[in-house]
Amino acid sequence: MSQNNTLLKQRINPQMFGLYLGLASVLMMFAALTSAYMVRQAAGNWLEFRLPVQFFYSTAVIIISSVILHMAVRNYSQGKFGIYRILLLLSAALGLGFVILQYAGWLEMELIGVYLTGNPSGSFVYIISGLHAIHVLGGLTALFISVLVAFMASSKVTIKRKHRLKLLLHYWHFVGALWIYLLLFLILQN
Amino acid sequence: MATLTKIDEEKLIQEQGYNDHFHDHHHGDKYKSNFITTYIFSMDHKIIAKQFLITGMFWAIIGAGMSIIFRLQLGFPEEDYSWLRYLLGKWIVLDEAGVGSLSQEFYYALVTMHGTILVFFVLTAGLSGTFSNLLIPLQVGARDMASPLLNMMSYWFFFMAGLVMFISLFVSTGPFSGGWTAYPPLSALPQASSGSGAGMTLWLVSLVLFVVSVLLGGINYVTTVLNLRTKGMSMWRMPLTIWAFLITAIIGILSFPVLVSGFLLLILDRSLGTSFYLSEIFIGGQALDHVGGSPVLYQHLFWFLGHPEVYIIILPAMGIVSEVLSVHARKPIFGYKAMVLSILAIAFLSFIVWAHHMFMSGVNPFISNFFVLFTLIIAVPSAVKVFNWIATLYGGNIRFNSPMLFAIGFVSMFISGGLTGIFLGNSTIDIQMHDTYFVVAHFHIVMGIAAFFGMFAGIYHWFPKMYSRFMNDTLGKIHFWGTLIGAYAIFWPMHYLGIAGVPRRYYSFDTFDTFRHFGTMNQFITVAAIVVFALQLLFVVNFFYSIWKGKKVTTQNPWGATTLEWTTPITPGHGNWPGNIPAVQRWAYDYGKDGREFISQIEPLAEGEKEH
Ligand code: HEM
Ligand SMILES: [Cu+2]
Repeated sequence: MSQNNTLLKQRINPQMFGLYLGLASVLMMFAALTSAYMVRQAAGNWLEFRLPVQFFYSTAVIIISSVILHMAVRNYSQGKFGIYRILLLLSAALGLGFVILQYAGWLEMELIGVYLTGNPSGSFVYIISGLHAIHVLGGLTALFISVLVAFMASSKVTIKRKHRLKLLLHYWHFVGALWIYLLLFLILQN
Repeated sequence: MATLTKIDEEKLIQEQGYNDHFHDHHHGDKYKSNFITTYIFSMDHKIIAKQFLITGMFWAIIGAGMSIIFRLQLGFPEEDYSWLRYLLGKWIVLDEAGVGSLSQEFYYALVTMHGTILVFFVLTAGLSGTFSNLLIPLQVGARDMASPLLNMMSYWFFFMAGLVMFISLFVSTGPFSGGWTAYPPLSALPQASSGSGAGMTLWLVSLVLFVVSVLLGGINYVTTVLNLRTKGMSMWRMPLTIWAFLITAIIGILSFPVLVSGFLLLILDRSLGTSFYLSEIFIGGQALDHVGGSPVLYQHLFWFLGHPEVYIIILPAMGIVSEVLSVHARKPIFGYKAMVLSILAIAFLSFIVWAHHMFMSGVNPFISNFFVLFTLIIAVPSAVKVFNWIATLYGGNIRFNSPMLFAIGFVSMFISGGLTGIFLGNSTIDIQMHDTYFVVAHFHIVMGIAAFFGMFAGIYHWFPKMYSRFMNDTLGKIHFWGTLIGAYAIFWPMHYLGIAGVPRRYYSFDTFDTFRHFGTMNQFITVAAIVVFALQLLFVVNFFYSIWKGKKVTTQNPWGATTLEWTTPITPGHGNWPGNIPAVQRWAYDYGKDGREFISQIEPLAEGEKEH
């Protein structure tokens, strides 16, 4: 419906604005979980353990993926379709790599005896990283769809496609930043 | 256009409204192709508003009907209820003499369902869903919501949530029965009670669907208000309804996700065996292997939503009441800016008082002090609003019609219920009052009845916009006076029960000598409840009768109101305004200015006229 009010001064695109509101609610979900973590931790009977090293690798991977997606979008705007396609694919592959590394991290936790159903300190790590991974998977789906579009659709720079890529980019930056926050939280709380 | 200068163009928009080329292309067909897309899967905000309203009314009848059944058992425990077997089947148990009574298990289930349905389905979806949808585009001057598709999905998620909850009423183990707040362990252990099994699972599914609906709706409302206002509609010119819906939606976006997190942990405790909320529990003599959890953690997460939720319910009602009072007192709302600021203050404070529901849950008394303080501070913006409503009425040229009566009734209820909130907000007094009928009286008056009054005021007032007909005013007045007196008759005595310590949610007080003499009081309350329920059916009859047979609206602006919805045709089509969107020239409350009864928002300021 944005076209309805084109004559009016648009403060911000309504879709982007809606996305931000959605992200605010996602953020609240995680804020709730991390607060619950602190409340529960303060109550004692709390198992201390080292976070799996895979979580640190995955952090690097998602940061790189974010940067690459940024470059991909910029190249699209400049009409450099060759680089754009490759970067987009690369970014999606790294996103997938992130999820796989998280999974490896969970296996590692099982290996050292921290189970989902054990002490809540472990359960929290599973739930927080798991719920985050679900959000990454959501973004990844969109990312892979845009890869398909990039390779199949015509090589044209349209406002609509640019806009969609921007939405995706902002979401992707968000889940990346969210993970950094969650990881820092888990490190600092222990 | 090309030859026009910028200033000319501005002037043209001022005079003739703003042409967004909405009607240039032929997309009317997209919306009005057949019955299904027009009335069922509609994306038009006006139809979606009616869907929310009528679904809300359906749930209100079910939810209130439940309360009549459990009130009968509570007020007249000796009566024979075997006739209810036709409706409730095995939930009516017969003793040796063949006397039927409501089963204890189902009594709790009814209380739980009553609370859940009224709080979420009726007073959240039915109230804010209906009026945000109807009024936001109409009053800010937009063709529709920012995303009509998400808007439609918001309704259908609500519908599905209702469907799942409805199904849960019929499972053989019964619906969930652990209270609308769903505290663990009753909610976390499927074996804890019969309603804790399938009933609770469905309850959780239903509420998660419901949250999706609230978020989709809320994102849409906020985006529309902030981005799609028409030319000239600055924030400080918005009617208070819009302010209220905006802030309500923001509260929802920030608080409902927290509830989802709480539910997520609950679902894992139920199904995967984690121990977030469970610790050292014995059930049926058996020790469970859950250790290390904390049920209070759930209460924190629940009430972090739960308290803002009560303001999600009441703020839209406040917005509606502000508007209705001003229109029918023919006076500008008193203290417009103070009204907005107090909405903002209430919204902010509502996030930092949640633990006043947990004074008796083992929260550190030292920390409780902070929550006492913030809780009592909420009384300040609340009092500002009450003062301004009364000041708006003062010296007004009041029309005592149905919408106005309900708006005034709202103020009365909000004062009565708000005062008892101040009692409860003191943690020391709450030691005696917590979980008694005093709390039941408090929140039914301040939230239940007040929000219903706000909703009724809105329905009677905007019915002409929704259905191009009026509701019957005489029936409306009977409805009002009966409900006002009846509601006080139900809930006033409950304060005394509560002060005497009578606990809420008990099936029977026979075994307690202290409470036995309250028998007649309970009978009185039950009778009053039945009368009030019957009066609501009268409203429903009036509503549906008026849709088809009510007095027709013949003028565009029957109430003489200033806001934009009354500049649309009597029956607005898709896109709301047949031609250009009107440009706004002034605030929404120019009543009795310069000797004129009212001045519409679209009328330009006269030469030398100062904006309010
Ligand atoms: C001056 C304003 C208010 C204050 C100080 C206040 C305070 C309180 C307190 C302390 C309780 C907890 C009592 C207990 O469980 O022991 C309570 C319960 C409640 N209040 Fe208020 N309240 C206020 C206004 C409101 C408003 C405006 C609403 C709704 C629109 C509301 C709805 C409720 C509900 C639903 C409960 C009970 C929840 C339950 O346990 O089932 N209150 N209030
Ligand atoms: Cu509260």
